[in-house]
Amino acid sequence: MRKRRIFGKRFKIAVGGGIVGLAVLAAVLAPLIAPWDPYQQDLMARLKPGFWSAHAASGHFLGTDNYGRDLLSRLIYGSRLSILVGVSSMLFSALIGSVAGVIAGLRGGAIEQAIMRFADAQMAFPDILLAILMVAALGGNALNLILVLGISRWMVYARVVFGLTRSLRERPFVEAATLYGGGSFYIMRQHILPQVMPVLTVLATLQVAQMILQETALSFLGLGLPPPAATWGNILAEGNTRLFIAPWIANMAGVAIIVLVWGVNMLGNGLREHYDPRLAGP
Amino acid sequence: MAFYVLRRLAFLPLTLLLVAFATFVVLRLTGNPVDIFLDINRTPEQVAALSQRLHLDQPLPMQFLIFLRDLAHGYFGESLQFSGSAAGVVWQRVGATLQLAGAGLGLALVLGVAGGIACAVWRDRAADTVISAVAVAGQSMPSFWLGMLLIEFFALQLHWLPTSGYGDLKHLVLPAVTLAAILLPNFVLITRTAIIELAGEQFVVTGRSKGLSRGRVLITHILPNAVNPVLSFLGIQIGTLMAGSIITETIYAWPGVGRLLINSIFHRDVPVVEASVFFIATTIALANLLVDVLQMLIDPRIRRA
Repeated sequence: MRKRRIFGKRFKIAVGGGIVGLAVLAAVLAPLIAPWDPYQQDLMARLKPGFWSAHAASGHFLGTDNYGRDLLSRLIYGSRLSILVGVSSMLFSALIGSVAGVIAGLRGGAIEQAIMRFADAQMAFPDILLAILMVAALGGNALNLILVLGISRWMVYARVVFGLTRSLRERPFVEAATLYGGGSFYIMRQHILPQVMPVLTVLATLQVAQMILQETALSFLGLGLPPPAATWGNILAEGNTRLFIAPWIANMAGVAIIVLVWGVNMLGNGLREHYDPRLAGP
Repeated sequence: MAFYVLRRLAFLPLTLLLVAFATFVVLRLTGNPVDIFLDINRTPEQVAALSQRLHLDQPLPMQFLIFLRDLAHGYFGESLQFSGSAAGVVWQRVGATLQLAGAGLGLALVLGVAGGIACAVWRDRAADTVISAVAVAGQSMPSFWLGMLLIEFFALQLHWLPTSGYGDLKHLVLPAVTLAAILLPNFVLITRTAIIELAGEQFVVTGRSKGLSRGRVLITHILPNAVNPVLSFLGIQIGTLMAGSIITETIYAWPGVGRLLINSIFHRDVPVVEASVFFIATTIALANLLVDVLQMLIDPRIRRA
């Protein structure tokens, strides 16, 4: 008998879910909890360090940036965009991907070939490259980011859902439903989707983490929401140019990103172990 | 065997055609290149001249044929910000990118496989828990922030390594580590899973029951079989590697294709953007081909399939 692990699935779901919950709460309540207006400049209090320093500006817990804007407030407001873009683009790509995957798996034949070969071709094309080109062409606003990131990852879902659907199609309960005259849509809704849902949930959770990282990467490359928008990627990019005099700007944004993404990953891994104990990793 | 490699090679033009098509679609259909190319204060004459130069006045299928014809000659047009052809401009930077990608991939592969083996061997013990936890944390780390932390510490505080730029081996250390860190966690976790799954196979149980030591079973039975899952994962990760090099090159001002691509986007240099994208996509296609052939060489089961 294996000894019980300390960091089991309950721990992961609790910690991951807790972090994600807190971040969502912070994003929703941003106007109430942020001590300052994230866009209010105070040029007399530029680049002041936070509570750890003797030169801290009063009232700025995490210090200020190059325009004297309160870093903590900017980070709290930044969580809004990160979560909004991360979750919305995940939903968008999960929707396209699972519909395409189910159709390819149920119909087979030429439709399957067309959808899955297209998915393969897109797999060979780095998603961030596609996102970079599309943002460069369309411009960076929140809606475009969601669309672009969603389109750049749909094939991940399509491949997983396709594989599951194809194996489900051969199972007796689907064959029976077909013989009883169930249409494609009925079978999809009643028999395929409930079976696919657990896998899809896990995949989707882990993909939110990827989406948040992609969004910050695009912002860092200067292809996200244009400044002065308070996004974590923008704060990190601004901090990058002042690494020597104000390293805390980049570091605080980095900590915010890694904590949220880590929380999402933990939640996803915990859910995966919950649904498929065979895959239980540490 | 040679037949299989040849058959796989025969598919290469098809893959490249798909890449060409993808490049074309992304650049022509997701937005008018003229919009990317000319700024807001353009005159109608400029638009017309550029449209003609980029053959945008032709119907789309015709544009694609023209694009393919130029591609067959390795011609993407003249660069706007640099003198010379776009392909030539990209070609000058290929060496730096391959150097960085090679160093990053090598580092990630060696450390990742070693870490994965350590995790699997000491499964659920302290070493496994620590390494796996670090790997999951590493997956959550934005690579550009890791790059900044490395610059802060090793370049600004300790003055051991240069902050950025291109030159001797010292310049390569931080970019290679940053790029490797993107792939490393995945290699650790994949190697770990592959070995743990193999450890339950019957040939492993047989080996143990006929008296082979754990180490011997690991080296002669498990590791050779773990090569293939790791290799096929490597094939999938080539795209991540190239995407990571775009970001790493930007952080460290590394004069490679990725940084050129980002610069060209901001300078609206469409021919160079097309040439860079085509180079990156082709590299991925070729690397995948190489991985497939390697897998066939290693595993006879794949040849028969």
